[in-house]
Amino acid sequence: MDPVVLFFLLGLVARIARSDLRLPEAMYDALAIYLLLAIGLKGGVQLAQQPLATVLPQALAAIALGAAIPLLLFPLLRARLPRPDAASIAAHYGSVSVVTFAVATSFLAARKIDAESHMPLMVALMEAPGIVVGIVLARAGGGQRIAWGPLAHEVLFGKSVLLLLGGLVIGALVGPEGSRPIAPLFTDLFKGVLALFLLEMGLVAGGRVGDLRRAGPFLLAFGVGAPLALGVLGALVGQAIGLSLGGTTLLATLAASASYIAAPTAMRIAVPEANPALSIGVALGITFPFNIFVGIPLYLQYARWLGGS
Amino acid sequence: MQTHARKMLVIIGEAALEKPLVRDARSFGAHGYTICDVRGGGERGDREARWEADRSIEMKVICDEAVAVKLAEHVLGSYAANYAVTMFTAEVGVFRPQKF
Repeated sequence: MDPVVLFFLLGLVARIARSDLRLPEAMYDALAIYLLLAIGLKGGVQLAQQPLATVLPQALAAIALGAAIPLLLFPLLRARLPRPDAASIAAHYGSVSVVTFAVATSFLAARKIDAESHMPLMVALMEAPGIVVGIVLARAGGGQRIAWGPLAHEVLFGKSVLLLLGGLVIGALVGPEGSRPIAPLFTDLFKGVLALFLLEMGLVAGGRVGDLRRAGPFLLAFGVGAPLALGVLGALVGQAIGLSLGGTTLLATLAASASYIAAPTAMRIAVPEANPALSIGVALGITFPFNIFVGIPLYLQYARWLGGS
Repeated sequence: MQTHARKMLVIIGEAALEKPLVRDARSFGAHGYTICDVRGGGERGDREARWEADRSIEMKVICDEAVAVKLAEHVLGSYAANYAVTMFTAEVGVFRPQKF
C-alpha cells in the first residue's frame, strides 16, 4: 500500500479516536500551496514540449467533461434535495480534487505507469467549469441575479487555479534545465509533503463523520455511487481523446473526484442558502476517502478494461 | 486622560464573509476595522479553522452608535439567515474621537 494512503488513515484514526493531534493552520496552508505549485511546475516543464494540436483537443474535452458532470448529477440530486443543495453538491463533483489527483499520480509512479505529462493542465482547466454550471443550476429556478464579477475573481484568482496555472506557466517558461535548481524542493520532496498533507486531510475528513450521520442513506450512497459512475465516464472520455493508460486513469480520477478547496469557497459565496455540511460532508467525508482507498486502483482497472495501453 | 464614548460592534462569522463585511463596514461609514482568525462552535456546529471552508473571523468595528446600528441591521438582514453569524456591541472609550 502507498505510504501516503497510510498517512491519511493515521489522520482518520487520530480524529475518530479524539486525539489532540492538530497540525498548525499555517502548515496546512503552506503544504497546500506547495502541492499546487509543485503539480503545476511539473506539468509546465513538460507542457512546453507538447504540440498544441495534441494538447488543445484534450484540454477542450476536459473542460466539457467538467461542465457536463453537474448537469448529469443534478437531476438525480434534485429528486431528493432542495435546488440549492442539489446544485451545490453537483458543482463540488463537477470541479476536481487536486489532492486526489496527486495521490493518483503517486499511485501510478509507484507502478511505473507513465501518464501524459500535461495532465496538471487538465486539473487547472477542470476546476472552474463545474462550479460555474452548478451556480447556474442553483439560480435557474429563481429570479436572483448572479454577481459574475466577484465570482469570476474568486474562481480564477482563488489559490488553487492561480497556483496551478502559475506553476504551469513558470515551468513552461523555464523548461527542464531552468527548473533544475528548484527540483530538490519541488520534485524530490513531493511525496513526503503529500504524506504530511494527507495526515491533515485524514484529520479533517474524520471530523466530517458527524455530517454523514445527518446526511442520511441517500447521500451516503451518492458519495460512493457517483465516483464509481463518473470514473467510467472519465475513462471513456480519456480513451476517446487518445490518452495513455496512465492518462486515462488520471482523467477517470479527476472525473470521479469532488473539489473541497475551490468549490466550497465559491459556492458559499454564490449560493449561500445551500447547506455546506451536506456538500462538504459527502465530498470530503465519503468520496475523498473512497477514492483514496478504493477508487484510484479501480480507475486503473477501468482504464485497463477499456484497452488503454 | 479623557476618553470619548463609542460603540464597538463585534461580528463573528464565516471567513467567506470577510470581503463583503469589510466592504459593508466602509460603505456604512466606519473609519476602520480589525479582523482576526478565530475558532469556536454554536448551533450550526463546530468551526475548527482546520481548512478553507471551516474558518471563522472576528471583526471589530469601533464607530459611533448610528453606524453600528446600520451595519448590524444590514448584517442581520443580508447574512444571518444563511451564514453562521454572532454579533454583539460593547461600550468603549477612545482617546482620539476623530479616528472613529
